[in-house]
Amino acid sequence: MWSRVQISSGPFIIKTKMVNKINQVKHNLIPLHEKLSEKDRTALLEKYNIESKELPRISIKDVAIQHLDVKEKDVIKITRKSHTAGTTTFYRGVVND
Amino acid sequence: MTIDENQYTSKKISSLSFGIMSPKFMKAMASAKVVTPELYDKEGYPVDGGLMDVRLGVIDPGLKCKTCGSKLKECIGHFGYIELARPIIHIKFINVVLDTLRCTCKDCGRILIPKAKITKSVEELERIGKEMGLEERRKHVKKIIASLKTINQCPYCQAKQEKITIEKPTTIMEAEKRLSPVEIRSRLERVPDEDLEVFGINPKASRPEWMVLTVMPIPPVTMRPSITLESGERSEDDLTHKLGDIVRINQRLFENINAGAPEIIIEDLWDLLQYHITTFFDNEVAQLPPARHRSGQPLKTITARIKSKEGRIRHNLAGKRTNFSARTVISPDPKLNINEVGVPRVIAMNITIPERVTEWNMKYLKQFVEKGNKEYPGSNYIVRPDGKRKKITDETKEQLLEEIQPGFIVERHMMDGDIAIFNRQPSLHRMSMMCHKVRVLPGLTLRLNPAVCAPYNADFDGDEMNLHVPQTEEARAEAELLMEVQTQLISPRYGLSIIGCNQDAISGNYLLTKNMELPREEAVDLLASVGITDFTSLTNKKMMTGKEIFSFMLPSSFNFRGNSKSMPEDHKDYEVYIRDGELITGVMDKSNLGEGSGLLLRNIHKQYGREEMVEIIGRIYRLGIEVLMKYGFTVRVSDTDLTTKANEQVEAVIKEAYEKVAEMIQQFKDGTLEILPGRSLHETLELRILEKLNKARNETGQIVAENANQETDTMTMVKSGARGNLLNLAQMSACVGQQAMRGSRIEKGYEGRTLSCFKKDDLGPEAHGFIENGFKKGLKPHEMFFMSMTGRDSMMDTALRTPKSGYLYRRLANAMQDLKIEYDFTVRDASKKIIQFYYGEDGMDVSKSEAGQINVKNIIRNLK
Repeated sequence: MWSRVQISSGPFIIKTKMVNKINQVKHNLIPLHEKLSEKDRTALLEKYNIESKELPRISIKDVAIQHLDVKEKDVIKITRKSHTAGTTTFYRGVVND
Repeated sequence: MTIDENQYTSKKISSLSFGIMSPKFMKAMASAKVVTPELYDKEGYPVDGGLMDVRLGVIDPGLKCKTCGSKLKECIGHFGYIELARPIIHIKFINVVLDTLRCTCKDCGRILIPKAKITKSVEELERIGKEMGLEERRKHVKKIIASLKTINQCPYCQAKQEKITIEKPTTIMEAEKRLSPVEIRSRLERVPDEDLEVFGINPKASRPEWMVLTVMPIPPVTMRPSITLESGERSEDDLTHKLGDIVRINQRLFENINAGAPEIIIEDLWDLLQYHITTFFDNEVAQLPPARHRSGQPLKTITARIKSKEGRIRHNLAGKRTNFSARTVISPDPKLNINEVGVPRVIAMNITIPERVTEWNMKYLKQFVEKGNKEYPGSNYIVRPDGKRKKITDETKEQLLEEIQPGFIVERHMMDGDIAIFNRQPSLHRMSMMCHKVRVLPGLTLRLNPAVCAPYNADFDGDEMNLHVPQTEEARAEAELLMEVQTQLISPRYGLSIIGCNQDAISGNYLLTKNMELPREEAVDLLASVGITDFTSLTNKKMMTGKEIFSFMLPSSFNFRGNSKSMPEDHKDYEVYIRDGELITGVMDKSNLGEGSGLLLRNIHKQYGREEMVEIIGRIYRLGIEVLMKYGFTVRVSDTDLTTKANEQVEAVIKEAYEKVAEMIQQFKDGTLEILPGRSLHETLELRILEKLNKARNETGQIVAENANQETDTMTMVKSGARGNLLNLAQMSACVGQQAMRGSRIEKGYEGRTLSCFKKDDLGPEAHGFIENGFKKGLKPHEMFFMSMTGRDSMMDTALRTPKSGYLYRRLANAMQDLKIEYDFTVRDASKKIIQFYYGEDGMDVSKSEAGQINVKNIIRNLK
């Protein structure tokens, strides 16, 4: 795919090659990200007796959660491989920074 | 202990606040005004109003302070002050001053934010400070300041704002015109209190105009004592010199102003005063020549006293030295118990332990006093109930002996069985500091059982270690309960015994349990020398096997199944089987007895506990060494001998490899060499050659392994895992192999060749660091040269890597130091933020596991 993009206002036109878009979320090294439902979210916060901001953070701009339609204070559940336990779950609170 | 808190507390600190000193405060805290740079008068007495004024504290013995009336060492000193003729900017606040000037209006002094937004900004700051901590709040303040720099009109009085720049170090310019500190100060004065909060300045504690000094505090003389040289001459501290300069210039400035001198002269003096005051605070300001002694060395002023490794904080506050500690070279002593430390007598006679005299131990303690301080075990001091310390010498001991009564404290020499904390740096572990029982020994080195080398990471090539002796009953109890070697047997890193057998202890037990058989008398002799005295369970056989003797080390109810990695899998001794404390099959090698390997030791610990475990390891260790002592163990050069046939085989392998390589080079030159994907032709050749030569070396290793005499002691060491491996052996007897630098053959050297003894562009093995000889046969000159190249390279590599990885570790340890596992298995930091939701992702305490796992089968078997 070729597209002509004018980058400078000068006499030069710089041609850039567009790479076929890679779906990063499906990449082997990106673990599964899911949005917790409101019910699960409150249950989680209650279980650990914390507020949303005490969770580890994840940026709202993070590539791995773009497809999830998240807003601030949502909780993302991450399921990843673990050396010690096979698979493990981890939670992050969405922040806007 | 129950101490009534209110009984001893007369005042309690409820809060501390930090701020900048105001001129008013400086004057109020000062006890003298300094007006003259002179120090002493003709009689050598401090001048009133001088820098060594007697009101500023005492540094001479016998004198009394004029301010507080206390003597030397009691008076902590008192500040004075000088009135500066013109204001001077404090160098340490120059950036704050600059930011404040840039962010406020030059006319009305208001911050360059419209009124409506100010409260919002302050609230935002408060919120960030509360939620994310001070660090984030400071970052936010910086952001605000940066955003205000570009505004060029005051939202309040509409005055146009000029661009303010700084000419380092202390000159501030506004649109090409210099701003004098007087002007700066008056501008800062105009900034209202409520605007300051946006800068993160608390106006109650620090007004910005206080950063421009009009009055300067003179530190007390106790902070800058003068020293008297042998010649009777007085030498003043660096700070006093600097203060002298300041006062002198300040006086000149006063006089010139009063006399109405021309503006140029006044400004020159003013700049000079600025220089002196700047270097008084910091003599290492960039763009400013440091103030020097006449000899040329820079003065050490206030900043130099505080910062850097030799400064007050890292040297004196963080790096305190301790009493009752010792440090010397260490050496091994397998006859010591694992939880003992051998202490040289000279140290034992120097480090004392206080014991309080009661009517019950009076007689016992008097013995130490009787012996005096020169005879062991004696005592060095007696402390009377009123706190007076009396040294015990041959002259005073009779008198002290009569004086002694309950309530006194006798500081007796260190003795066998006392508690001491033993440590080797770097202390990366909790096992790097363990508590040992003292054994006083002749000699001058600290002794330890070689089995505890592993947790300390110690060897005996000149290592030194530290010994600390706790001085109170509480400290001793705590050290013994929490830090004794027994409590540290299982490593929290991998859940196996970190203390086990090594070196001779492994090869000894290996030989014993493999196929040794000895007469009953010798067996008894062996066991007795290990420390076993009860032979009732010894069978009445004439000959005893090594396995039977080894079984004596084990508890009689012990059951275990495991593997000996040193035996081939089809051998009957591959499986270690211990039934009711009897070793039935299997040999003891590194995989069973070694440090941090195998479950044998771990299971003993689990079933019989720590006390028993140290006993057992100690016994096994000594047994191994005794076996070698009795039956001999020698590494000979002839152990590396090969048969003629084997030697021929080795030569053939190398010759064949050489031919293959030559063939490849020919293909390379003809261009018929098959190129590997992603490589150039030359890279392909290099890789192929390297591969071929390494294969050849491995083949020679194989030949050595097959042909070497299996019964030699060298092979015993290799097979039992005590020391060395097959590669080492092959390098000695057959071929050292290819020397590699950065993953490829040696390329460095002259143009087109590595050494001048080769032809240019020679691609052959010899010319690029292949060593075809073994160490025993000897290396050719060029081979030796290549060897020293890689040797030097790897030495440099380790020398450079050690501090790097050490620092990496340190940062990691500091980042994680306050993490804690909570009761809900989450890992949280000090502010209770979650770091991990389930500790280690499996919630397992490794130190309670076996190699990170829980052996359910074993638990069930033991339930029955």
